[in-house]
Amino acid sequence: MAEAGPAAALRGATIDYPGRPPIGPVHLTVSPGEIVALVGPSGAGKSTLLRLLAGLEAPSGGTVFRGVEGHTGFVFQSATLMPWADALANVALPLELSGIPRPDARARAAEALQAVGLGDRLTARPRQLSGGMAMRVALARALVTRPDVLLLDEPFAALDTVTRRRLIDDLHRLWAGRDARPAVVFVTHDVEEAVYLAGRAVVLDGATGRVAADLPSPGVLPRPEGWRADAGYRAAVEALAGALASAMPSRGAT
Amino acid sequence: MTRLLPPLLLTLILLAGWEIACRVLQVPPYFLPPPSAVARALIDRAPILAASAATTFGMAMQALALAAVLGGGLALAVSLSRNAERAVRPLAVALQVTPVVAIAPLVLIWTGLDQADRAVVILAAAVAFFPLFSGVLTGLKSADPDLERLFDLYGATPLQRLIRLRLPAALPFILEGLRVAAGLSVIGAVVAEFVSGSGATQGLAWRLLEAGNRLRTADMLAALVWLMAMGLILNALVGALERRARRALA
Repeated sequence: MAEAGPAAALRGATIDYPGRPPIGPVHLTVSPGEIVALVGPSGAGKSTLLRLLAGLEAPSGGTVFRGVEGHTGFVFQSATLMPWADALANVALPLELSGIPRPDARARAAEALQAVGLGDRLTARPRQLSGGMAMRVALARALVTRPDVLLLDEPFAALDTVTRRRLIDDLHRLWAGRDARPAVVFVTHDVEEAVYLAGRAVVLDGATGRVAADLPSPGVLPRPEGWRADAGYRAAVEALAGALASAMPSRGAT
Repeated sequence: MTRLLPPLLLTLILLAGWEIACRVLQVPPYFLPPPSAVARALIDRAPILAASAATTFGMAMQALALAAVLGGGLALAVSLSRNAERAVRPLAVALQVTPVVAIAPLVLIWTGLDQADRAVVILAAAVAFFPLFSGVLTGLKSADPDLERLFDLYGATPLQRLIRLRLPAALPFILEGLRVAAGLSVIGAVVAEFVSGSGATQGLAWRLLEAGNRLRTADMLAALVWLMAMGLILNALVGALERRARRALA
């Protein structure tokens, strides 16, 4: 078997925003099918790096590498649904924009909604959905194109703990259910979420935006029932919390 | 029904007070006729006033259509380029702040005094232009920036973006602009008719002038009642349209 190249990579990528300290250079390689959590203090450029990986922004320096010519799925901090369209139309959008005929697109969208547990809410408008359900619709929309890279920008931050945990387990299940698992990059500021969700956590330095630490998470994905009580999980959370603390730009004044 | 009752009641009380005051104080009818006299004028002059109302309404609607096409079209064109917007917006504001009365004589010269109805349509359209231009332009730029990014991500064409994202997002703003513009188009038509003067057009404004010149104050007020009713009906129609669209979009 030939060695597979990365699904996506940042090679010395830098970002200069006027009036702000530059971010980078960042070296980050994401292998096909792995789940990476990006953690770091706010302002470290987590969301910016995600937009670089998505191709929504160009780096000021360095390069952004994307593997095979594949699809990218993106989930924003809020569900970002079109309020005038029902769940089915929202999920079908990426397919229809790429020219897939409406009936086919809608059929695939219905399948994707089924997969996130919303098979009975196809005609619901976003305002008729709870925050968790709206996020599931956004997840279905990101997955409907069968992306090989899935990017999530703190998607569950606004949800309550129970809903958030359920969604993370669902994300694992959807990820594991695919023959070719997508590479997932997940931005979060929550160390417990990062350890539970990802195979490794990349810590960005708050001052420079560079990679400050790269810590593997123990155990297997998806997580077995009750894994949060595991000693390995607790230790990994503590290690990541420590790495995050030393990546904070200024100590003491919190 | 209960929502209509308080304003109806207040109107009745005001009318009754007016009638009583006119009778008790023996106000001369050329100065202020009682509501009963206005009611009589409304009945006696109903055919003439209805025809004039139709004329004014027709001109206002033509003006609104013209303003919608020009304002909406220009906003659509301008929304495609930030520099185009920078270039056009001050001119649009300049048009808005120029009093329509002041440009009326000029427009009358251009259209010819024998084509006063055209001048009225153009002037009313000039008044109705800005809310439509501004509404469409604001609306087209009101889409959720993250949704715009999503359309970037999936490589949407400009046309797809316009039809599937920006126009639906703009619709509430467009209808709000339309509501304001509809009211302004009637005002613009009346003002333009006043300026074009002596019977060149036969709208409600001309009826007002005509009755005023003859000191037939009751007839003046009757024409005013028609104008008011027209404005209210127009406002209610566009308001209903707006509410329906909001329900469809929310």
